[in-house]
Amino acid sequence: MGNPYVVPAIVAVTLVTVGIGFYGLRLARTTSDFLVASRAVSPTWNAAAIGGEYLSAASFLGVAGLILKYGVDVLWYPVGFAAGYLALLLFVAAPLRRSGAFTLPDFCEVRLGSRRLRKLATVFVIFIGWLYLVPQLQGAGLTLSTVAGSPYPVGALLVAVVVTANVALGGMRAITFVQAFQYWLKLTALAVPAIFLALQWQADARPAVTPPDGPAFRAATTVVVEHRATLTFPDGGVREVRPGDRLDFATGDPVPQVSGTAIDATDWLLPATAGKDDQGLFGTYSLILATFLGTMGLPHVLVRFYTNPDGAAARRTTLVVLALVGLFYLLPTIYGVLGRIYTPQLLVTGQTDAVVVLLPEAALGHGPAARLLAALVAAGAFAAFLSTASGLLTSVAGVISTDVLGRGSVRGFQLATVIAGGVPAVLALNVSGLDVSEVVGLAFAVAASSFCPLLVLGIWWRGLTDLGAAAGVLVGGGAAIGAVLLTVLGPPLTGWPATLTTQPAAWTVPLAFTVMVAVSMATRRRLPADVGVTMLRLHTPEALRL
Amino acid sequence: MTGADKQGVPGRPAEAVPVPAPRAAQPPRRTRIVLAEVSRSASRADRTRSELTQQTRVGEALVQGLVRAQLALALRLSLLVLIGLGGLPWLFAIAPALGRTTVLGINLPWLLLGVAAFPFLIGVGWAYVRLAERNEQDFTDLVQRPEH
Repeated sequence: MGNPYVVPAIVAVTLVTVGIGFYGLRLARTTSDFLVASRAVSPTWNAAAIGGEYLSAASFLGVAGLILKYGVDVLWYPVGFAAGYLALLLFVAAPLRRSGAFTLPDFCEVRLGSRRLRKLATVFVIFIGWLYLVPQLQGAGLTLSTVAGSPYPVGALLVAVVVTANVALGGMRAITFVQAFQYWLKLTALAVPAIFLALQWQADARPAVTPPDGPAFRAATTVVVEHRATLTFPDGGVREVRPGDRLDFATGDPVPQVSGTAIDATDWLLPATAGKDDQGLFGTYSLILATFLGTMGLPHVLVRFYTNPDGAAARRTTLVVLALVGLFYLLPTIYGVLGRIYTPQLLVTGQTDAVVVLLPEAALGHGPAARLLAALVAAGAFAAFLSTASGLLTSVAGVISTDVLGRGSVRGFQLATVIAGGVPAVLALNVSGLDVSEVVGLAFAVAASSFCPLLVLGIWWRGLTDLGAAAGVLVGGGAAIGAVLLTVLGPPLTGWPATLTTQPAAWTVPLAFTVMVAVSMATRRRLPADVGVTMLRLHTPEALRL
Repeated sequence: MTGADKQGVPGRPAEAVPVPAPRAAQPPRRTRIVLAEVSRSASRADRTRSELTQQTRVGEALVQGLVRAQLALALRLSLLVLIGLGGLPWLFAIAPALGRTTVLGINLPWLLLGVAAFPFLIGVGWAYVRLAERNEQDFTDLVQRPEH
């Protein structure tokens, strides 16, 4: 692409990340420092760090790409990603902090006193963590190949190595500062170019986002197809394209309709309607359920709550996170919408995830200012991969070192980090064709159907038993994992089976809750004897010092 | 009401803590009220605390009251979000005309989901933090309140 600023910008972000890591390393002395930042993190820092960790490749690149491709119906992704923090605030934040649990497996043991349930939770934490790590590395590979022309594995491996080394050497103390810095970097990297893009759109006499004749190319464009698709041209011609095909379009040519995308203006602009689009409606509700309830079950999110001094602080931190994350999610929509005007070729290539990175130069030209903005966006994207991957890796490695390796030492944590980082790196090299946001959505669905019922019932219902919890996690989470594997590895499906497996939450979440309650009622004898004491601890304010 | 009256509340023999007895020469009211109140409220709070920690019926009921209050609050606010946001896809589905309505040149669904949803969520969260802290304050007051 020949933008001379991109590679230095990415290198700078990486160096700053590692640099802050080493600054933090000097402060990290004991195992406790290493794992939970000695709980000396202020709420504002903590909230920015949670936000930084949470805004992943899916938020930074994927949401805008989805909006470009599918339109208004996928606005539920950003809304749901933010609303997940509201659910976390309402049902989980303060009691979880008061439980003193550091990870989800810890919570299982504190609440239900079962080692076996702890092992089961460990398996799910690792699965969800890896499922979420793969698209981060994938996004890195995609971005670097888009902006710098490097082969796909380079970006993926670069992020995997930097993050693994940084987590293994710096631990979470360092990560907190890194994450907080990266939240602000990501916000700036989307907000500043967005202002210029909006001004450019004004200067171009506000071209219509959904012109009556459908989107058209604003400049002569050569498109290299990357995914198999069926193109329908406005004159009625139909053409099958394969990866590697080159198509030439002149200025003003209409964009052909691509199978599977909402290129048609009304589909893109208007929400799904009843009757003709019941599957779309089901998918929307499933997505809402997965994102609203899945956030609380993501391993890297929960770990952060332990760094709050008490339950009330955990609540306030969550509110600040909600505000920070909500602020950020105003931006990807702008990129997705303007992408319809300035980068319609992405609809044909299928690489809609690249819209955020490509839009600045496509809209603003190739002057130095435009290139600097493009480099800023690329740096922000890298911050997104680095921060989310660091957070996930820290929590997966923490779980592996305490529950699988059974060691609490710094050396054990480092070994666990290498294991936790190596597996998704290998996976990411072998799955370059998956849609970044789709995989992340599946991770949310698994979390919502396993840990969400466990946390909500564990915190609010005295009747939960270890067997009930295990059965619910196994059946609900298992069903969601089955759907994930079928989507990722299975044959392509169409119609209702496709909807039910790509958006499984609407049936797996109620299933998990039902099984958990039913089995708990049937095994009432196994109620933990100390449930009253645990409830007291989860819900009474620390000020009473009971 | 004088200090002597207070100390003589019936049914409280336990409160008759040995107070450094003021002699008649000193103004009796001030000394007695202060000391009696302090010792009484402390021991009341201690008693409620031990009711809580030892899981007596009273303690259990107190905690359950708090848990119910917090859960009811959380459920009420989620219902608000469920109707306010969760109702939108359904509303757009049964009333397609709503999706075509434009405000400031932007279709209503885009404005509602792309912009308005976020301040709404933050507002609900802010209300929850305030109300949940108030519930906890009420509980703390209940536990630490001297019984009358």
